[in-house]
Amino acid sequence: MSPVLPRIFLASLKRRRLASALSLLAIALGVALGLAVQLIHDAALGEFGRGIRQLAGGADLQVVGPRTGFDEQLYFQLAQRAEVAAASPVVEVDARMPGREGTLRILGIDVFRLAGIQPELMPSAEGNDTFATLRPDAVFLSAAARQELHESAGLMLQAGTTLQRLRVAGDIPGVAGQVLGVMDIAAAQERFGMLGRLTRIDLRLADGSNRAQATRALQPLLPAGVVLRPADAAAGEADLLSRAYRVNLTMLAAIALLTGGFLVFSSQFLSVVRRRREFAFLLALGMTRRSLMRGLLTEGAVLGLVGGAAGVGLAYGLAALAFRFVGADLGAGYFSGLRPALVFAPLASAAYLLLGVFAGVAGTWAPAAASLRIPVARGLHAGEGASEALVARARPGVAAGFLLAAFLLCQLPPWQGVPAGGYLAIACLLVTAVMLVPVASHGLTALLQPRRSPVLRLATARLAAAPGQAVVASAGVVASVALAVAMAIMVSSFRSSVDHWLDAVLPADLYVRASLGSGSGFLTPGDVARIAAVPGVASTDAVRADSVRLDAQRPAVTLIARAVHSGWGLPLVAGSLAYEGSGQPAWISEAVADLHQLSVGQPLELPLAGEPQRFMVAGIWRDYARQNGSVVIDRQCYIRLTGDERVNDLALRLAPAIEPGQVAAAIRERFDADTLEIAVPAKIRRITLAIFDRTFFITYLMEAVAVLIGLFGVATTFAALSTARRSEFGMLRHLGMTRADIARLLATEGAWTAGVGVVTGILAGLAVAWVLIEVVNRQSFHWSMDFHLPYLPVGAFGTGLVALAAAVAVLAGRRAMSHSAVRAVREDW
Amino acid sequence: MLEISRLSKRRPGDAERSLFRGLELRIAAGECVAVVGESGSGKSTLLNCLAGLEPVDDGELRLGGTTLTGLDDDAYARIRRERFGFVFQAFHILPHLTLAQNVALPLWLLQRPAAQAEREALAMLERVGLRDRAADWPAGLSGGEQQRVAIARALVHNPQLVLADEPTGNLDPARADDVLDLLLARIRDSGAAGILVTHSRRAAARCDRILRLSESGLLPADEG
Repeated sequence: MSPVLPRIFLASLKRRRLASALSLLAIALGVALGLAVQLIHDAALGEFGRGIRQLAGGADLQVVGPRTGFDEQLYFQLAQRAEVAAASPVVEVDARMPGREGTLRILGIDVFRLAGIQPELMPSAEGNDTFATLRPDAVFLSAAARQELHESAGLMLQAGTTLQRLRVAGDIPGVAGQVLGVMDIAAAQERFGMLGRLTRIDLRLADGSNRAQATRALQPLLPAGVVLRPADAAAGEADLLSRAYRVNLTMLAAIALLTGGFLVFSSQFLSVVRRRREFAFLLALGMTRRSLMRGLLTEGAVLGLVGGAAGVGLAYGLAALAFRFVGADLGAGYFSGLRPALVFAPLASAAYLLLGVFAGVAGTWAPAAASLRIPVARGLHAGEGASEALVARARPGVAAGFLLAAFLLCQLPPWQGVPAGGYLAIACLLVTAVMLVPVASHGLTALLQPRRSPVLRLATARLAAAPGQAVVASAGVVASVALAVAMAIMVSSFRSSVDHWLDAVLPADLYVRASLGSGSGFLTPGDVARIAAVPGVASTDAVRADSVRLDAQRPAVTLIARAVHSGWGLPLVAGSLAYEGSGQPAWISEAVADLHQLSVGQPLELPLAGEPQRFMVAGIWRDYARQNGSVVIDRQCYIRLTGDERVNDLALRLAPAIEPGQVAAAIRERFDADTLEIAVPAKIRRITLAIFDRTFFITYLMEAVAVLIGLFGVATTFAALSTARRSEFGMLRHLGMTRADIARLLATEGAWTAGVGVVTGILAGLAVAWVLIEVVNRQSFHWSMDFHLPYLPVGAFGTGLVALAAAVAVLAGRRAMSHSAVRAVREDW
Repeated sequence: MLEISRLSKRRPGDAERSLFRGLELRIAAGECVAVVGESGSGKSTLLNCLAGLEPVDDGELRLGGTTLTGLDDDAYARIRRERFGFVFQAFHILPHLTLAQNVALPLWLLQRPAAQAEREALAMLERVGLRDRAADWPAGLSGGEQQRVAIARALVHNPQLVLADEPTGNLDPARADDVLDLLLARIRDSGAAGILVTHSRRAAARCDRILRLSESGLLPADEG
């Protein structure tokens, strides 16, 4: 488009420095947040996948079973099969390190089988000891493990409640980024109580045999609960497990970008209103309306492009900061122990850059379309029609259509584990809310009919007659308030539900464990007896944790064997603790009920000790700790079926007036130092809620950005309006209004506009919160929560935002109070 | 009603040159004076100075016995609210207020009760011939009708001084005569003093006196 483009259109962006800068910033922040989330998780998933592939080496299939393993005879059976070219047995243990946080992953391997399948795991001994890899006390550490543990000579690990001293005999040259150690399989079995058991067998298939055929041939040989799966399936499971969290954060970023788009809309709309005479003049000179629209859309595209480019740069900076200070999982705990590196992602960067351009163009579309309707003759007269342009028509019919669409979308099942319907419903609700702003504005002005104050009268009269001003100024506020309120309600509901849940699942006075359920620590019946004998302990309740696979295509679920009775609570959402039907009862978590489509009264087959065992679903319980799901069965039944009497957690009830600290000290005296973790419920609650708050920290940050962008909308609108209305303010000064009166008028209009946005946003936020709780969370994480509205914080937030908007309006409209406004009464002709 | 003594104003940004110097003027109640002059001679600045919207460099202003010079911004605003009426070339009718609300605006600023303000605004609209359109929005009004509303707004609170800056500048001659007749009649009826700044000889000729503004002062037009 000729020199007109830079001189008329792009020059306008330069003239409107504040509005252009805020629009750029809004788009940049939206793009930056979205891309940063993607970069961080792509890097984490990439590193996780690389680790999985490295460990799998050349394996085509893996045989995996419960955490406690399966009979090693299976290895010999499979190794002889014609479909199998090579098999490598593995014992994998998350070894607890007394006195340290976390565990060290130890792989017990057979070095003679390793070379054919997983050469990367081959240890390299220091010195001249040819048989170092077979020594029962030798462990080999990856470079990352050495760096993290600062160990070069010896390691102290824990098995059960006993200490295992190992010698660091060398390293694993083929493994770089993962924190792990390898040792001889026989030594690992002996030291970690896994004699005769394996946790995994890696298989390389014979030439001419493919995965599907081999799976069909070999699966019947496997005991119940042991499955064959592709060697890289764990990466897919991690992807699936963290996908909902990643999509949640991406959606938050998308809403920030959407708010940015609304800001572009506000800024461009007001720019078109202000430039009506300029456009009418251009049209009179012969410019076509299409060229005018193209010019305006180009303005939007340039805003989007520059904002998007800045956002892409910012995203890499944010991702680098997140890796350094928050971690690759953004605090959610999905990829702890990984150290991914930030890499340039050209496709994702280009996609987000385009999203920025899209936000700019989409935000400009409606204002550009409005420019097509400028009447040339009237537009040439200053002041003509500028306010008419702000008379927005309420479209309750269209709004109702979007509301209905939102309701229908909520009924859709998740798409590939992602609650796509829920997210689309949220978008529909936001559009509904913005469309209802004129209705809310009208309703509120009808409610408030000031009789005396001229400032209030003028403000309400203007907003009643020009509800479009409220739409333009508060579109961003509505979107950001709806988001912030919805997230506040969701997080508050979640936190309050977790709090109540902790009350239910932590009924004892003291908890003892040798390690996390997945770790190498456990208590033997002898240990339990020693603890029960400590003076002050009134009763004990033991819990055993294992994993079982209900379905080869899904991740394993946690099996919890414990006493189930009213004294040791299970927070049920369906069914009952007192099961009186026939068969053995099991209580499944909501995730198991959702993912495996089970309900109370239905049969459930659990693979225990290699045999399928039939249970009946007696109840469904709320479990916030295990996203893949869990099944609770009675421990006596578990012991009868498996013979496993080990214990992971021990809950203690103390005699009256006994200090938990004294009992804890007495128990520690009876065991090796640091082999037990002992905690009172208050400490567990504190740690749990701290983890909860850390997980939502990023969410709070993203909400704050969206609200900030919403306030930018108020600022740009009032900055533009104060310029457009200079002659009006000049006239009011002539009629006797003081500068302070004009400031009060602007503050009232700002507060009123934001108030309409806040009220509409809060109502939309309530609806969005319902969708988040009942649809998005339910489909993403498969847990329910009780709706909890944090009245005070939401009220304070809304009031604060209104006050802030009033201040922003005065600040942005300070030109209206200047002397030039007085002169503006003569500048209109 | 209005007394101007030794009023001086320097050109903005040029302290050495005066826009006008030592102006002297007295206007009686019910009298309307036309001020003419070259473009840039300071006619509008004179109106702004009288209204307290621009500071004067020297001299004294008295309206209805009250000395206006030396008042602070807020006190002058209160005086403007109570005793001044304005008519502008570009009308400045607020598009988001009905005609009655536009006329009632000065009464709102004086905190008159809503019912009283409405009653007085309607009475004023009656006098300018627009009573039946009181509830209309300004969007469909012609230029002449808009200026009638502006005149009603300028006079609804019985000001002591009406300042009109090119009130007929946007109107065709026939409509300009009608509007001017109305404005002058209402000013005379109300007993206010009026100053009309205009380039139009035809408009000026309808006033009681015509004065020409120049650097040397306000002089009768035929002496200029």
